[in-house]
Amino acid sequence: MIITLENLNYIYNPNTPFEKKALDNVSLNINEGDFIGLIGHTGSGKSTLVQHLNGLMRPTSGKINIDGIDISSKDADLKRVRQKVGLVFQYPEHQLFEETIYKDIAFGPENLELGEDEVHKRVQKAMKLVGLDFEVLKDRSPFELSGGQKRRVAIAGVLAMRPKVLILDEPTAGLDPRGRDEILNSIQTLYKEEGITIILVSHSMEDIARMVNRIVVMHRGKVAMEGSAREVFSQVEKLEKMGLGIPQITSFMRHYKLKGNDIRDDILTIEDAKIELIKYLRSREDA
Amino acid sequence: MLKDITIGQYFPGDTFIHRLDPRIKILVSIMYIISLFFVNSFYPYIFILGFILLTIKVSKVPIMYVIKGLKPLIFIISITFAINIFLTKGEVLFQIGPLTITKEGLSQAVFMALRLIFLIIGTSLLTLTTSPISLTDGIEKLLSPFKKIGLPAHELAMMMTIALRFIPTLLEETDKIMKAQMARGADFESGNIIRRAKSLVPLLVPLFINAFRRADELAIAMEARCYRGGEHRTRLNELRLKRNDMVAFGIMILFFGLVISTRYI
Amino acid sequence: MENYMINMQNVTYEYTSIGEEEQLIAVKNVDITVKRGEHLVILGHNGSGKSTLAKLMNGLLLPTEGDVYVNNMNTKDIEKIWDIRQTAGMVFQNPDNQMVATIVEEDVAFGPENQGIPPLEIRKRVDEALKIVEMEDYKKHAPHLLSGGQKQRVAIAGILAMKPDCIILDEPTAMLDPTGRREIISTIKKLNKTENKTIIHITHYMDEAVEADRVLVMEQGEIVMEGTPREIFSQVEKIKLLGLDVPQVTELAYELKKEGIDVPQNILTVEELMDVL
Repeated sequence: MIITLENLNYIYNPNTPFEKKALDNVSLNINEGDFIGLIGHTGSGKSTLVQHLNGLMRPTSGKINIDGIDISSKDADLKRVRQKVGLVFQYPEHQLFEETIYKDIAFGPENLELGEDEVHKRVQKAMKLVGLDFEVLKDRSPFELSGGQKRRVAIAGVLAMRPKVLILDEPTAGLDPRGRDEILNSIQTLYKEEGITIILVSHSMEDIARMVNRIVVMHRGKVAMEGSAREVFSQVEKLEKMGLGIPQITSFMRHYKLKGNDIRDDILTIEDAKIELIKYLRSREDA
Repeated sequence: MLKDITIGQYFPGDTFIHRLDPRIKILVSIMYIISLFFVNSFYPYIFILGFILLTIKVSKVPIMYVIKGLKPLIFIISITFAINIFLTKGEVLFQIGPLTITKEGLSQAVFMALRLIFLIIGTSLLTLTTSPISLTDGIEKLLSPFKKIGLPAHELAMMMTIALRFIPTLLEETDKIMKAQMARGADFESGNIIRRAKSLVPLLVPLFINAFRRADELAIAMEARCYRGGEHRTRLNELRLKRNDMVAFGIMILFFGLVISTRYI
Repeated sequence: MENYMINMQNVTYEYTSIGEEEQLIAVKNVDITVKRGEHLVILGHNGSGKSTLAKLMNGLLLPTEGDVYVNNMNTKDIEKIWDIRQTAGMVFQNPDNQMVATIVEEDVAFGPENQGIPPLEIRKRVDEALKIVEMEDYKKHAPHLLSGGQKQRVAIAGILAMKPDCIILDEPTAMLDPTGRREIISTIKKLNKTENKTIIHITHYMDEAVEADRVLVMEQGEIVMEGTPREIFSQVEKIKLLGLDVPQVTELAYELKKEGIDVPQNILTVEELMDVL
């Protein structure tokens, strides 16, 4: 287990009229090699949770253990925690500040006080991972790039810290479909080839369904549901009560089954839907 | 963390004081400040204290809230007090080492400290009972006669409004960028002054870039909403003097006259 | 001619970006006519020129070549510019960056105040506009405490208070969560159907185009596709090549057809696909 949370509570503005319980007794285990989709309505506590996972926020009560470091204790080495758990915020391109792409990506590793060679190696690798051409782009200003490319520079800046766990808070927000697919493909590569544990926060059920192997649903500061994409998306009524939906394709298969067609309704992708429907339609023709 | 800072410290309400025209409130505050400087003995302070307490009572702002407003200025008040108590010559009361405290010094120190406290409480009542937006409106209207000599009254007021509008947004953004850089190992808290100043670069550069981007977008949006400066512009809530404003102004003139006259009795 | 809300004739827009010598073309030889009361969606990926097109439609940008008419007024006519902007109101992507005042109703009043409308009439317009976008309970709130969808609805109310005939929305949902997006989409529908406003909605979300009267697709400053949503989305291959999406059920229908199953290609919703299978 790489991250364990035990009875985590977080209260904003305690003892004031604005008191708000943002995390309510959250317990959660994240295993090495997980690809977790974290979903929930705005204000459900997702962002607060995520900031606890790399020590940017400290819990009001409860225990967090990250790869052997107990960060609820006062003398925990938070810098090391932040190196182990990389966090990419929403619209990360708004944090870029250096004159060149190289320098910006090197900011993280330099804060780790690594040698020049190691920094260089890491920047090179990070750029490759997000699909940016090192030789062509390293000396260019990040501000000349398109929105999608800027975002990849920012993600590379976190990757250059070599985190074991990478958390991405809505990495595709505001991107067009092409930009979205590029980012999602890079994330897929990180997971498959680099073996990084990934936590993806997203509002797009289609993206979640396609990418992750486990879903955690947050609602009113609590973990409301947890399980494989199939398990979670099969509980439509419960999700809808929390203001969440399911992928359109899953919804179609469910409705189609309800009309008396004998098909599986735990389908998550167009590809699977196609296979299932062809099988069903062909057998119906034969009969 | 940064979101906890309250700017303008407006205490919403719907009292006689809250409803007064901001122009009147600004004028009254100015007269109040001037009158404070005419006071040269302790007795008028009793009168001023009564006046202030009455105003607070009518405005329904909790008195603790008003006193809390003094907290950030305690330093200045103490310095004033210290300078006066130690540096005024006169009849020696007692002596501690090189420091002498005189009777005149003590009375002068108390006197000056009280003047400062009254000054702060009085002006903070203005901001406590007037929303930033009507305060800006009041300033714009009061300054508008000076347009003739080239003072850009409308533009100043518009700048103030926009600044007030974007302060919370920029604070939130600062918080976000700070956290994002901390997630990349940035350290804003330790090291000497030079190191700390240097560590602000990753915070300030994106903050400025984003602020310029926002300014650019806001300018376009304002243009799209037919903004073309102050000429021919009307207001949703036009300022209009009512009977209560006149009453308040009358009371203030009485107060002003009384306080000033104490100097010559 | 009279029936057109917006008429763009052979419009080209060129600009020079900072530090570069050559002229870049954002919009190229575009002819568009938008009918009164029409709900038009303009699709295109980022950088396809769709935002520039929007700014050309109310005189925020002037064409390098060609002419743009808003309600028969040429945007190059300097005397008409304020009438043009009042006729074709514009809502932008980032709700935070288009609000001026610190109180919701003051912000909604900003447009009519600039137009020099008398205070009593402004009050009426502000209340009406906030009612249409269902934000009347938030009149006295500070904008920065609202949700994204609420902020964007206030921005729409700010435009409505200017009594425009046409509302141009430039990616109004790009920064919102699903709830906010739903709120804005249903507001847009209401503006078109109940308030009879001409709507020009620029987006890259295909599902927002499904209910439009007509869809235009832009690529590299040119209009490359035009038709009803059904006509557009039935061309799955072409849409994907342009870097855009089609609804999942539309794609499924397309995939099934490829496998030799007889499904019509103009499916847009879950219900439609169920009916044909």
